[in-house]
Amino acid sequence: MAEVRVQADSFDAGAELNRFSEAQAGAGAVVSFTGVVRDVSGGLEAMEIEHYPGMTESAIATIVDESKARWPLTGALVIHRHGRLEPGAQIMMVATASAHRVAAFEAAEFLMDYLKSRAPFWKKEVTREGTGWVAAKDEDEAALTRW
Amino acid sequence: MTVNVLYFAWVRERIGLPREAVETEAATVSELVEELKTREDRYAAAFADVTALRVALDQELSDFEAPLAGVREIAFFPPMTGG
Repeated sequence: MAEVRVQADSFDAGAELNRFSEAQAGAGAVVSFTGVVRDVSGGLEAMEIEHYPGMTESAIATIVDESKARWPLTGALVIHRHGRLEPGAQIMMVATASAHRVAAFEAAEFLMDYLKSRAPFWKKEVTREGTGWVAAKDEDEAALTRW
Repeated sequence: MTVNVLYFAWVRERIGLPREAVETEAATVSELVEELKTREDRYAAAFADVTALRVALDQELSDFEAPLAGVREIAFFPPMTGG
């Protein structure tokens, strides 16, 4: 079972995790990750996240399918927001479940690595001084090579 | 043929619109880029360095040498920053 949601609305990570966990028959391990907007340099007013409707959902579904082909998961959940998010807001969450923890941890990291560089989202920082697009990092692209 | 061309993030800002229908006989993505660059300065600026860009054909990541035959939607954008 896999669930992918791309939405502007906020979500309750705790409630989502509980609901996900309860649906995982046979899972001995559930791993989750929540990404939060952080004010790296001070002065961040908001992060504006643009995406490519249609491709976003299909790209994430492809990444989730790949994770299920590599690890024996009972389920996976990806929620990713778009639109204007203020510091402290939850941007996204990933949850994975498997019989054992190694598969759940590895699959969650795999999903995160691929979501960063292969899901069509773009972040723009809005600060008091102006706005700027967040550049992709070489290390994020390099992170894919370990899989 | 008519294709839908989409622009995202700073490519959209630099060109000044999110999407447009383009009439082209370009055989590859690169040929389409060359056609667009000759239109106006804003296109030339957006496509000045294609190594800084990514392209998707019908919503799947592709590359600039890919053929356009049968393609209906072409999207140009900078490297993605999800997560």
